[in-house]
Amino acid sequence: MPPAEHFAAPPYWEWWILGYFFFGGLSGGSYAIGTLLRLVGTAADQRAARIAFITSFLALLPCPIFLIADLGQPLRFINMLFDASSGGFAFKPWSPMSLGSWALLGFGLFSFVSFLGAVAESGWHAADPIARVFRGTVGALWNIIGTALGLFVCAYTGVLLAVSNQPVWSDGWPLGGLFLASSLTGAAALLLLLLRRRRDVDAGTAVRLELADRNFAILEAVLIVVFLITVGLAGTIGKMAGVWLLLWLVVILGLAAPFAFSRLDGARRWAPVTAPLLALLSVLALRALVIFSAQS
Amino acid sequence: MGFFTDTSICIGCKACEVACKEWNQLEGNKPELLLDSFDNTGQLDAQNWRHVEFIEQIPDNNGVVMTPTPIAGGQAWLMMSDVCKHCQNASCLEVCPTNAIVRTEFDSVLIQQDVCNGCRDCISACPYGVIGFNEKTGTAHKCTLCYDRLQNGMQPACAKACPTESIKFGYLDDLQAAADKRLAALQTAGYKKAQLYGRDATVYGGLNAFFLLMDKPEVYKLPNAENAVLPSRNNFAGYAGGFVTAVVGLVAGVLAFRSQRMNEKSDAAR
Repeated sequence: MPPAEHFAAPPYWEWWILGYFFFGGLSGGSYAIGTLLRLVGTAADQRAARIAFITSFLALLPCPIFLIADLGQPLRFINMLFDASSGGFAFKPWSPMSLGSWALLGFGLFSFVSFLGAVAESGWHAADPIARVFRGTVGALWNIIGTALGLFVCAYTGVLLAVSNQPVWSDGWPLGGLFLASSLTGAAALLLLLLRRRRDVDAGTAVRLELADRNFAILEAVLIVVFLITVGLAGTIGKMAGVWLLLWLVVILGLAAPFAFSRLDGARRWAPVTAPLLALLSVLALRALVIFSAQS
Repeated sequence: MGFFTDTSICIGCKACEVACKEWNQLEGNKPELLLDSFDNTGQLDAQNWRHVEFIEQIPDNNGVVMTPTPIAGGQAWLMMSDVCKHCQNASCLEVCPTNAIVRTEFDSVLIQQDVCNGCRDCISACPYGVIGFNEKTGTAHKCTLCYDRLQNGMQPACAKACPTESIKFGYLDDLQAAADKRLAALQTAGYKKAQLYGRDATVYGGLNAFFLLMDKPEVYKLPNAENAVLPSRNNFAGYAGGFVTAVVGLVAGVLAFRSQRMNEKSDAAR
């Protein structure tokens, strides 16, 4: 197979976009984990589920700010949703940026309502009718739809890069799946970090989250290999070598950390902080090297 | 309507670049010494909607010729005035989320400056590196095929200024007939590498600005037919990959939470 030819100019998507990809991924991933804890976890997991929904909304808050700040004409952000020429909706399902804008709006609504529900369920509001609704079938359905939207927000950012004519990005169709898996890994790590000192959260929840984190890390590692194979076949893997190998090292360390820290006796007491931190850095590094190396 | 650019008679005078900048009031970039033949423009971007490429195919110090042409004794100096191709299947138009990029009544591809919000997705998608981002306006810019001139019955400034008629403007049928005739003449004269690029539908459904090249498209930094692919080719695989990963990820999560719950239940039963 001859190497792919690329003569496209870089779009200069840089730090704002990196920030959005990072926080958007954590938000979508946290929501999905919150739903898993709620629907298949034990009664003791419910407090962690609430923290996951609250984390999801808080991580989502900077996302529109980053996206709008990256625009050349920030005040025209609304043109992503409404067609300035016809006055109708601007909805192009074949354009990931258009689809993603709508998905982000929809997920924002689900995440916000789940956030309110989680707050209502906590403490003195626990007996509220609203809180009861969120614990029932309606709440479960809401969480499932929110999870679908949240996972879409995690994945479409990778598809957005792939649906281009840039080297590396357009050669790596698995980017959508890779960013989704990486979002789940990062969200599990973030929740582990947030739960570690909370005495009101069941210790078994942390054990279950650690196991989930390791499962997500395995999935992410597999997808990294698939991504590298596709980029290698296209002949553009060299763009991610050189100085970018340092970021690859961070990615690998972050992926290996949850396994290494659970096996090394001496390192175990550092694990609750260091392993999740390394995993979060790994999530950031993966996105940074994909975004920046292709445009260098 | 469109352009037919015959590179075999381009003399690299850059009159097209000057006329384009003058008519469209483009300030141009800060002058730079590029050390790339006679090229001091570099590439197409927000300030350069025409760019004359200089491709030197002369022997290097060891007398090695990279891509010899048959008639010029192994030496050639290729020149081409590059421009937006106004593709029939345009990558930029495909991805633009705001519908700022439209096809006009002249069949050209136009960025509506009052709608564009500067997201730069079109820059990411254009396979020719045609579109640039203007920091002052905060929007994407490229050749408009002199939309304002066409509306007033005039031809684009670059075609008007070209002294050798290397850039021809007109109806596509007429231009294609002229291109076929010129190609036949060149091939009869021994220029076997001469070829038309974008004249038919093999490249992005056909280009409204097509070229007669004296060598392979890659030499002119143009993707060949095999590599001229739309961004949407990755839509299905990208989303399908994401969907499969989501399912596997959720199953992995369920297994983690359920397995521990089962362990706890069995412990409690004991």
